[in-house]
Amino acid sequence: MDLATLLPFIVNVIVGGLVLGFVYAIIALGYTMVYGVLQLINFAHSEVFVTGAVVGFEVFRVLAPNPMNGYLKLLIALVAAMIVSGLLNVLIERLAYRPLRNAPKLVPLITALGVSLILQDVLRIIEGFQGRFDLTYTLPPGFAGRFCAAESSCAGLGNFLRTIGVDLQLKDVILIVVSLLSLAVLNYLVNRTRLGKAIRAVAQDRVTAGLMGIDANRMISATFLIGGALGGISGVLFGMKFGTVNAYSGFDPGIISFTAAVLGGIGSIPGAVLGGLVLGVIQNLIGVTNVFGGLLGIANLEAIDASYQRIGAFIVLVLILIFKPTGLLGKSNVEKV
Amino acid sequence: MTAANPAAPRRARPLPDRTILLILTFLVTSGLLLLSHNGPLLERLGALGTVLRNPIVEAVVVSLFLANVLFAYLWRAAPWAKALVGLGSLLLVLPWAGREDTSLLDLSIQIMIFAALALGLNIVVGLAGLLDLGYVAFFAVGAYTWGIFASPRFAEILRYYGENPGGTNALTLALGLFLTAVTAASMVYIRRQTVRPTRASSWSFGLASFGLIAGLLLTGRALLVLNAGAAAGLATGIDPNFFWLFLALSVFAAAVVGVLIGLPVLRLKGDYLAIITLGLGEVIRVLANNLDLYSAGSQGITPIRSASVPWFDGLAGALGFQPDQYYLLFLYVLVLVLIAVILLVNIRLDRSRIGRAWIAIRDDEVAAQAMGVPLVQTKLIAFATGASFAGAMGMIFAAKQTFVSPESFNIFQSIGVLSMVILGGMGSFPGVILGAAVVTLLNLRILPGLGEATANVPWIPQQVNPGQLQRLVFGAILVAIMLLRPEGLLPNRRRVLELHHDENQEDDSAQGAGPALTGGGGDVYSPGYATREEDESAGTTGRGTRGTR
Repeated sequence: MDLATLLPFIVNVIVGGLVLGFVYAIIALGYTMVYGVLQLINFAHSEVFVTGAVVGFEVFRVLAPNPMNGYLKLLIALVAAMIVSGLLNVLIERLAYRPLRNAPKLVPLITALGVSLILQDVLRIIEGFQGRFDLTYTLPPGFAGRFCAAESSCAGLGNFLRTIGVDLQLKDVILIVVSLLSLAVLNYLVNRTRLGKAIRAVAQDRVTAGLMGIDANRMISATFLIGGALGGISGVLFGMKFGTVNAYSGFDPGIISFTAAVLGGIGSIPGAVLGGLVLGVIQNLIGVTNVFGGLLGIANLEAIDASYQRIGAFIVLVLILIFKPTGLLGKSNVEKV
Repeated sequence: MTAANPAAPRRARPLPDRTILLILTFLVTSGLLLLSHNGPLLERLGALGTVLRNPIVEAVVVSLFLANVLFAYLWRAAPWAKALVGLGSLLLVLPWAGREDTSLLDLSIQIMIFAALALGLNIVVGLAGLLDLGYVAFFAVGAYTWGIFASPRFAEILRYYGENPGGTNALTLALGLFLTAVTAASMVYIRRQTVRPTRASSWSFGLASFGLIAGLLLTGRALLVLNAGAAAGLATGIDPNFFWLFLALSVFAAAVVGVLIGLPVLRLKGDYLAIITLGLGEVIRVLANNLDLYSAGSQGITPIRSASVPWFDGLAGALGFQPDQYYLLFLYVLVLVLIAVILLVNIRLDRSRIGRAWIAIRDDEVAAQAMGVPLVQTKLIAFATGASFAGAMGMIFAAKQTFVSPESFNIFQSIGVLSMVILGGMGSFPGVILGAAVVTLLNLRILPGLGEATANVPWIPQQVNPGQLQRLVFGAILVAIMLLRPEGLLPNRRRVLELHHDENQEDDSAQGAGPALTGGGGDVYSPGYATREEDESAGTTGRGTRGTR
């Protein structure tokens, strides 16, 4: 491989990493919002996110014979996943975390693990009754195709990407756009609305916020609803990106996303996004280390393949946390959520 | 200890003496256990035999029998009865029943391995308050330490190095040893020299530690190459008499790994520490999965030998065990002894200076530091102690299974051990052992038993067969126990006091709050919560200043 082909290759790897990173970023937001308000690692979030993916799968499956516009199907899938995941998250909070509000921190952590195990099996059973385990997405026609397939229809950004040799599928572009849109909405919600103000107040000090007339329990429910809805969106996007999900496939992205949230500084929304993007890119780069190893003739690098992706993420996390123990964007007096 | 006073009246009423009941349950459950695990006898019993062979009944019998030991601990009874029931159950009845059905011995060893793991994790999480989600990594270190050497793997590694010697000869060995010695000496020197660590000293210390690792690697590699000729003689692993040496080595190696993992990450707190330890646990698993030469990758290492103890084999033979079961009985006794040792160490540590330092750190790190508790050192001791128990158990696990593969060391195992600790009652030794027994029984006997018993029931669809529902049932039990008894099954007395502190308050100001506070009203008076909040804000600022300098 010479430089002329290597450069677009690297650019593609990085862009692919960013696409992956957006999925992680949105999942990480679900973790970070809950953490910001309750200081709880919501281990059940990975299952909430898989629930979103399953709902998305069902919507696409049911609507597949319908000749309606692909984007409309996507919208329906997203909204359905948001509603189901959001409500599920609220329910989990109500049943498993709220009764333990005053217990030591590790107790809700264990119920979170328990809920996560329960949800995995419930999802498996529900889909199992229809004889399914691995759910393969039936995307609307064209979604899996190349972004800017015909040269004539390409304009602006599409043309630019084409010239620098970036090869994106349409679903990747959709993924980025949806992620950015939900980020913008979340940002507006948290920073500009009364609800957001109240959530931030509860995150800072639950008792004082209560004294100011804020119903902390309602705000926590609202946070779980928002976090769950984000989980739903990310589930659908994840399903579209990877094609298949099953009841147990939430664990890996869940852990990586939580790592992303910690990497960015847990409790910080921009931190979660940054962490997700950084981890996505790093993972993709580690996935092709063997190519670089082959280029440079270093046998040890060649042996590093995609199975090292996850530990790469963790090693980066360790290194960053050693030098900056509060994460990339965490401040010592963090403004949570 | 002033806090103990409010709770004192609650424990004032003495429990009734249950000596006779205890002996009776012991006799009944032992009889049932011996009966239900005796194949030939069951044949002759007809209908009763069929009932006893039912997997659910069997699981219940085993659980009831193990509950004996718990009763012996819990109930108020004459000391001789307690000792009789406890020792009789573990040393006499269980091996006796296990003679007929080795899966029972296997199960008991597994329970005790998990109990020891839970005791180890209890030190880290329950006493020192460091949330470690990668605990199983130390277990893996112990398992692979023995697994590699006591199996054909070692011969293959030597053969590989014989074929690929690189530039290694005696000179490299000398270089490696030299490098190791020099860097180790300089590390010691730097540590001695600097009263307060400066930037330069910590950098040179870090550099020296890299040098040390390089030196050790060189030395190890050179040793492997120089000994490559011995490969043929080691076709089935090293001599099993080395078992005891390797038991010590596993403990040591796990403790070293514990310190290595702890050293860089102990500056972090709470959830940061949790995710890092989780990550490092995964790192060890992925390495085991990918370093094919040393760990045989995902296929795993097999067969792994157990120790060779001729007199014990003779004893087992005299007791009527089959030769292929000798090692199980041996491991059973060994693990029993080790549990006793670990328990003893735990109790001694808990009452020692170190133990109180751990609890002080758990309760309030800043205050503990202000009182002169050396933070890093104390935390590292907690990490290393917990890890060393896991190392010893990992080795026994490898010898019991005769097989290790990365699958046994995934994150769910860590989470499982953590749930044992919390389920049983954090910080309480009997509670932790109970938690381990409950979870292991549930996962290995009760749920599979239920699944087996209902496998052919026509009206239960395959999807909801309890055998397939292990996660769901386990998760539901976790949630239920946490909601009903957040302090665990057999809580530590201190912890109960902390959790019910507001209930024990003389004045009822905690209850007198307005509607806005009812949700979190208890918070203000709950010391656990208050400490955590202070801890976090103080901790983060502390970190900030340390980080910037």
